[in-house]
Amino acid sequence: MSKSERPSRLFRNLNAKVASIPMILTALVVFVGGTAWTVLYSFTNSKLLPRLNFVGLDQYYRLWATPRWLISIENLLIYGVISLVFSLVIGFILAALLDQKIRFEDTFRTIFLYPFALSFIVTGLVWQWLLNPDFGIQGVIRKLGWTSFAFDPLYNSSIVIYGISIAALWQGTGLIMCLMLAGLRGIDEDIWKAARVDGIPMWKTYLFIIIPMMRPVFITTLVIIASGIVKVYDLVVAQTSGGPGIASEVPAKYVYDYMFFAQNLGQGFAASTMMLLSVMIVIVPWAYLEFGGRKRV
Amino acid sequence: MRYKLLTAALAATAALQFAGPATATDLEVTHWWTSGGEAAAVAELAKAFDATGNHWVDGAIAGSGGTARPIMISRITGGDPMGATQFNHGRQAEELVQAGLMRDLTDVATKGKWTEVVRPKSLLDSCTIGGKIYCVPVNIHSWQWLWLSNDAFQKAGVPVPKDWNEYVAAAPALEKAGIVPLAVGGQAWQSSGAFDVLLAAVGGTDTFLKVYKDKDAKFAAGPEVAKVFKAADDARKMAKNTNVQDWNQATNMVITGKAGGQIMGDWAQGEFQVAGKTAGKDYTCLPGLGLNEVIATGGDAFYFPVLKDADKSKAQEVLAETLLDPKTQVAFNLKKGSLPVRGDVDLNAANDCMKKGLAILAKGAVIPWTDQLLSQDSQKQKEDLFSEFFAKPEMTVEEAQKRFADIIATAD
Repeated sequence: MSKSERPSRLFRNLNAKVASIPMILTALVVFVGGTAWTVLYSFTNSKLLPRLNFVGLDQYYRLWATPRWLISIENLLIYGVISLVFSLVIGFILAALLDQKIRFEDTFRTIFLYPFALSFIVTGLVWQWLLNPDFGIQGVIRKLGWTSFAFDPLYNSSIVIYGISIAALWQGTGLIMCLMLAGLRGIDEDIWKAARVDGIPMWKTYLFIIIPMMRPVFITTLVIIASGIVKVYDLVVAQTSGGPGIASEVPAKYVYDYMFFAQNLGQGFAASTMMLLSVMIVIVPWAYLEFGGRKRV
Repeated sequence: MRYKLLTAALAATAALQFAGPATATDLEVTHWWTSGGEAAAVAELAKAFDATGNHWVDGAIAGSGGTARPIMISRITGGDPMGATQFNHGRQAEELVQAGLMRDLTDVATKGKWTEVVRPKSLLDSCTIGGKIYCVPVNIHSWQWLWLSNDAFQKAGVPVPKDWNEYVAAAPALEKAGIVPLAVGGQAWQSSGAFDVLLAAVGGTDTFLKVYKDKDAKFAAGPEVAKVFKAADDARKMAKNTNVQDWNQATNMVITGKAGGQIMGDWAQGEFQVAGKTAGKDYTCLPGLGLNEVIATGGDAFYFPVLKDADKSKAQEVLAETLLDPKTQVAFNLKKGSLPVRGDVDLNAANDCMKKGLAILAKGAVIPWTDQLLSQDSQKQKEDLFSEFFAKPEMTVEEAQKRFADIIATAD
């Protein structure tokens, strides 16, 4: 009996296994295969066309000696911290406010979520105009009489990345709010009642009871925000195209520009490999803690 | 024999097909000429090609060359080549040629005696790789122009300058009158191009060639080039209130008198023409910034990817001949505002600035341009440096020059 049971494990649910073959192949060939190919060619001096002419770590030495790449990394860090912190905090506060059984909740939810329906390109253009010193916010306030008012983040090298973050927050916070709201709605009413009976103030209930209970929602949100941070490209292109000068460059734009404008595939591949590596540095320890820990339980 | 009859019948139909006017072979031509004047110029090429009994299928790609080139290259390398495609002649398509993806046009060139008619010779040289000719130059675009608004200088109460040094001296007066002395748009290629023009004008032809042709990094770090960086620093200070992105917006500042001048290629002339301005009266053009009257022989050329279809290959040859035809050259270049690549055509309709350009060309005061001398990779690094230099006043001249020399040291 036991002998005949063993193969059945492999063939159990055969239909499902056959059906998932295309996806497995896609994942292996396109994602893993493509990644491996990119990493391999990042050690070559490929220019316009990929060529297997190895030059060791030369592309990486050049990459880390390039001011534009260093600025890109710095910008990504600033942008990442800002979007992570602010979209979580603002998203959660908005969700908590909407959760107070207010009137017209649907209307507010729609208003807050609406920017998410716009692409980054449109968002970028809208905010490019809003932040334009002659036509945008600064222009309007100056026309109202406050002539010394200055607000032109997109034309100031040292704060341009914050101007881009504003647009990103405007676009993305609505979605985070909706995710948080769904999480809040998933909390049992009885928890609230119990907290009220114990006389715990509302902010304490949120901070110490509700938020820890929403852990899965926070993790989902974190993954969504983080992937958005690393791949930010179109917003920058639409808003500043990397300017003024190279003050708002981001790594994804470096990769694209060097692969296609500069016709230097090797350099572009080296930069994209570094992007992959930085994602791995964040993801791997987290995945280990998250999934590796479960076995011990 | 039946077999022979069949062949004869086939041959007859084939002959009929070739004889009839309906033999038009469609040939897709990709390019990035999409602005008003450019589109009108392309229409001239299409008209001339259609007149040969073939059919020009227009494959315009919007955006600039930077957007269009990756699309063209990926079509050629991806196995879906077009019939012909624009590039700036020089090194942009070098690797495609080396990979055997572009068609050798030497036979057509010998038949059309291109080596004799194309002027200056360097144009054809940059189409030549390993002794074979791979592209057809269609025009000469030169960067070395300073466009000045006569109105702006009148308003500031100073005479219109005759060279770069007078212009720099007049800058404070312009600023006092509320005019931006120099318009430089935010796109990276504009600041980088302006520096190259300064290098050729302030530094002189030899300096230019020593840096970009010989790639002498020690020289690029030396006092001769330091002088050019000093001029670039002046330009940066004069341009600091520009606040526009696109080159034609910057040109528009000059047209409307909001800016004193702009360093820009001769394509800016089309904008002045569209605005109804007259050279000499409303605006002044100074080739070589009035210091060193040279013209760089950059420009556009057509490359022909290798095709399997025999009819299309034949049509490619016809197109190559048509592009260099004297009549096509005149019609195209008048609309485009560029200079023709043949010396034997009549350009009476040209305006003052174009005539200045033609005179310099006739004198042979030409230099090769960076498209011909540097790889796209080095060009991009240079663009990154100068867009940072122009946007960041804290960046010192010494630091910029040091980084420039580093780029030249690794340039290819």
